[in-house]
Amino acid sequence: MLAYVIRRMAYGFVTVLGVLALLFFLFFLYATPDEMARRSLGEKAPPQAIHDWVVKHGYDKPAWSWSDPKESQLYNHYHSMLTFNFGTSDADDSLIAPQIRKRMIPSLVLTLPLFFTGITLGIVFALFVAYFRDTYIDRMGVVIAVLAMSVSVLLYIIGGQYLIGKLLRWFPISGFDPDPALIARFMALPWAIGLLSGLGESVRFYRTVFIEETSRDYVRTARAKGCGDGRVMGAHVLRNAMIPILTRVVVSIPFLFMGSLLLESFFGIPGLGSMMVDAIQGNDFSTLRVMVFISSLLFIGGQIATDISYTLADPRVRLD
Amino acid sequence: MDAHHWQNLVVAVLVSGAVVAWLRARRSDLWRDAGRQVVKRRPLACSVVAFYSVLALADAVSWKSDDPDCAGLSQHKPRSVIDRAFRCDFQERSYSAPLADREFYGGNELTFPGLHPMGTDIRGRDVLHLALKGARIALLIGGFTSLIVIPLALFFGISAGYFGGRVDDAVFFVISVLSSIPGLLLLIALIMVLGHGALQVCIAMGITSWVGFSRVVRGETFKLRELEYVQAARALGVSEFKIIWRHIVPNLMHLVVITFVLLFSGLVLSEAILAWLGIGIDGSWGQMIDMARDELSRDPIIWWNLAAASIALFGLILAVNFVGDAVRDVLDPKTLREDA
Repeated sequence: MLAYVIRRMAYGFVTVLGVLALLFFLFFLYATPDEMARRSLGEKAPPQAIHDWVVKHGYDKPAWSWSDPKESQLYNHYHSMLTFNFGTSDADDSLIAPQIRKRMIPSLVLTLPLFFTGITLGIVFALFVAYFRDTYIDRMGVVIAVLAMSVSVLLYIIGGQYLIGKLLRWFPISGFDPDPALIARFMALPWAIGLLSGLGESVRFYRTVFIEETSRDYVRTARAKGCGDGRVMGAHVLRNAMIPILTRVVVSIPFLFMGSLLLESFFGIPGLGSMMVDAIQGNDFSTLRVMVFISSLLFIGGQIATDISYTLADPRVRLD
Repeated sequence: MDAHHWQNLVVAVLVSGAVVAWLRARRSDLWRDAGRQVVKRRPLACSVVAFYSVLALADAVSWKSDDPDCAGLSQHKPRSVIDRAFRCDFQERSYSAPLADREFYGGNELTFPGLHPMGTDIRGRDVLHLALKGARIALLIGGFTSLIVIPLALFFGISAGYFGGRVDDAVFFVISVLSSIPGLLLLIALIMVLGHGALQVCIAMGITSWVGFSRVVRGETFKLRELEYVQAARALGVSEFKIIWRHIVPNLMHLVVITFVLLFSGLVLSEAILAWLGIGIDGSWGQMIDMARDELSRDPIIWWNLAAASIALFGLILAVNFVGDAVRDVLDPKTLREDA
């Protein structure tokens, strides 16, 4: 077990190095510093201004030099990312790391409740629909789920904001206030919309998983020995479906921290998602690079955690 | 050759490719039955998808002509079949409500009073016309990206699964690196680096979406490699390339079809998000929906632009999702086993 964990972490680290290599290729070799400068200063910027910009942001070093590796872009890139010294933003020269720390909290306020209620509701609905498999309730459930997942997220947000925020005036259209008394009022609408827009897809996914499980022998055995329906679905089927559920849950872990790009910027929540949007609109390559790096770091960490949690969820899985 | 000639050429190549694929599929019982079953299960959704495809094709073929009625601005521009279904220079100066006689703001007389069934947008373009033209962009996103995804995924997946060893290690490393970056972020980073534009968006989407499919292909090839007929072929001295081409690839085709259909709706929906971030493709429904942010905050609101684009988008995605489910049910051996 310990040997497996160590090996898994070592492979995870190599993957991180690979991600950094990809980022280096994209952001330094493919889009050259000159090009970045031109994007942020404008196409017609004079050569001197571009040169100044490149020097100021430290992009004037050679991509790699054999004689002095420490004075190269590649070394700097790996060094700054792996030591979490993310440097400054290309757009306004502010430090990136404190920004991220500050903006992580609003993101978590948005995504954590969304994450847990989303999983719970998705599983409960899916268990319900799967229990009635091949009846009209099941078919209705599937049709509603497909209908719900065919609507663009944009439409959920725009429609929800318009209907609830503007016409009915139940909740503010957008905004954020860290005061605990007010936070729920501001977050109610983004929570509801985020929940609604993801529910169709997850119900459909979990239903498939549960349906596969309900046709297994152990379900029949459980029924035969007199288990109630609730116990069969809630204890036997759910327990055995844990592995696909865990796999799916982990995929969304990076988004817990990164926030939801669309929800945050539509609702004016000053989290990491809106930081990404700002970076995209301001051609801020260094912030973008850091965000991609952190999210993949979270993802790789999450994958290792799932592999380990498989053994807890399912004693048949042995890691060695 | 002008841009529109190239476009016509690409369309001709794609259509003839599709016809050849269709003719070949008709010869095999498996594919003919599968096709029939999909249509039988979801007749409405299949015809909706066919309708959108016809729209897209009609907008993809364009030519120049000296139309005597068309004396205005677009006389020397190539116009597609869809453009020709509408009047020439079918344009107003600004917003007008559906079937209105006057402009929405200011109340000036329209050039074509009462003739815009879905109104006009901020630049006075007919919304119905734009919504119909969006079909081409949506199919371009789904279709062209799949043309990148499927060969890439097949190549890497098969070589990893068939040859194993070092090749597998290398491919698996690339797969794990690419899949450990959340999809939307990688997509955004790629577009930022590649630059904006239809081709770049499709390439970026291709790079981000081949990984998942490649993993499926790799697993499936592992299984196929061990089957008796493949081992028999190897024992008879058939070359590796021929084994792959004759014995492995045909047995992966059902996965290709399923993936193509299931990938499609996801791609079109993520383009809508990109359009909202300002890095989408010009003329897509996502871009039309994006304009609604401003239009809904006006008073009285302008709803027709948003409505037309979202109905068009919703209709296509819904139909493709239903067809995709049917295709998977028909072609996936796992569910076939369940029915038996």
